[in-house]
Amino acid sequence: MNLDWMAWTWETAAFFAAILALLLLMTALAVWRPETPRTGVLGIPTTRGDRLFLTLLGAAFIHLAWIGLTGLDAWYGSALSVLYGIAVFLLV
Amino acid sequence: MNDRPFDNRAWLLVLPVLAIVLFSALLPLMTVVNYSVQDSFGNNQFFWNGIGWYRELLDPSTDLGSRFFGALWRSLLFSAIILAIEVPLGIAVALCMPRDGWRLAATLVLMALPLLVPWNVVGTIWQVFARGDIGLFGHVVNALGIDYNYTAGILSAWFTIVIMDVWHWTSLVALLCYAGLRAIPDAFYQAARIDGASRLAVFRWIELPKLRRVLVIAVLLRFMDSFMIYTEPFVVTGGGPGNATTMLSIDLVKLALGQFDLGKAAAMSIVFNLIILAVCWVFYTVMTALDAEKQAEGPAKGAE
Repeated sequence: MNLDWMAWTWETAAFFAAILALLLLMTALAVWRPETPRTGVLGIPTTRGDRLFLTLLGAAFIHLAWIGLTGLDAWYGSALSVLYGIAVFLLV
Repeated sequence: MNDRPFDNRAWLLVLPVLAIVLFSALLPLMTVVNYSVQDSFGNNQFFWNGIGWYRELLDPSTDLGSRFFGALWRSLLFSAIILAIEVPLGIAVALCMPRDGWRLAATLVLMALPLLVPWNVVGTIWQVFARGDIGLFGHVVNALGIDYNYTAGILSAWFTIVIMDVWHWTSLVALLCYAGLRAIPDAFYQAARIDGASRLAVFRWIELPKLRRVLVIAVLLRFMDSFMIYTEPFVVTGGGPGNATTMLSIDLVKLALGQFDLGKAAAMSIVFNLIILAVCWVFYTVMTALDAEKQAEGPAKGAE
C-alpha cells in the first residue's frame, strides 16, 4: 500500500487501525454479548461503548496534560492512560 | 429503567450514513490528525515531527504556545461574558413577553429577525453601525464624549463584538425560555396566588425550576456557538487591535490558511476539537439525564 498518498504515515495508520479494531471489538461484543447499562461512580448509566468513549477522550486529555505539564517522554502518559482506561471500565 | 439488554444489531442499518460521514467528516479528520504529527513545506513535502507540535503548542513559553493559550483564554472569556449577559437578559425578556394576541405575534417576529441574519451580514451591519465617522452608534457614543473606536481600543473592540453577539443571539435564549414558561401549567400559578406568593417567589420557586431544562439547552448552545465564533469578530475587528479579539477559530485560520503551517494548525485543531468534544459529551449526558428524570417523574407531574 502506498502511504505517500495524502502524506499518510504508518504511525497514524497504526493509530487509526487500533481505534478501528476497538470499534470492531465493541461491535462484535454488542452482537454476541449484549449488556444492560450500569450506573457507576459518575451517577449516570453507561454501556461498554460509553466507557470506551470516556477512555479514549480521557486518554487524549491525559496525553495533552502530560505533554504540556511534564517534559518527560509521552509514553509514560500512555501508560497512565491505560491505567485510567482500566479504572473507567471497572468503576464508571 | 428496563432490564432488557440493548439489541445493537439495529446499528447495522446506519451503515450507509456511516459511509457518507466517513468521506465527508472522518477521513478529513484523520487527515488533520495525520498532519498534526508532520511538518510540511511547499510542494507537498512532509516530514515526520512526532508530538513536536503538541509539545510546542502546550508550552506557553514558545511562540505557538503563547498564541494558543492567549486565544484559548480569550475564547473562554468571550463565552463567559456572553453567557453572563445573554442568559439573564434572555430570561428577563421572556418574562416580559406578552402571553397572547397580536402583540405576541409581533414580538415573536421581531425577536426572530436577528436569528435569521447571516453571520457575515451581522458583522457587516455592526462594522458600519459602530464606526465613528459614518456609523450611527459609533457617532452617538463619540458625541457623548466617550472615546470609542473599535479599530484602536481593546475595550471598544471587545464591547463591540460582545454587544453584537448579544444583539444576534439573546433572542434565541429568550425564545427558548418563553417556550419553557408557556409550558408551565396554570395550576402552578393558581396555587401560588392562593398562597399569596410574591412575584419574586413565583419566579424563584416555580418559573426558574421549570425553566431548568431549557436553560441547560440555552447555556450549552450559546457556549458552543460563542466558543467557536469566527465570522462576526473576523468581519468587525479582524482579530485586532493587535491580537485582542483573536479567538481560537480566527487564530486557527490565520495559522492554517494565512501562514499555511499545516502541522501547527492541525495540532491546534485537534486540541480545539477535543475541548468541544468534551463539552458535547457533558451536554449530551446532562440532556439524557434530564430526560430520564422527566420520564421517572411520570405522566402525572410531567403533563407539560
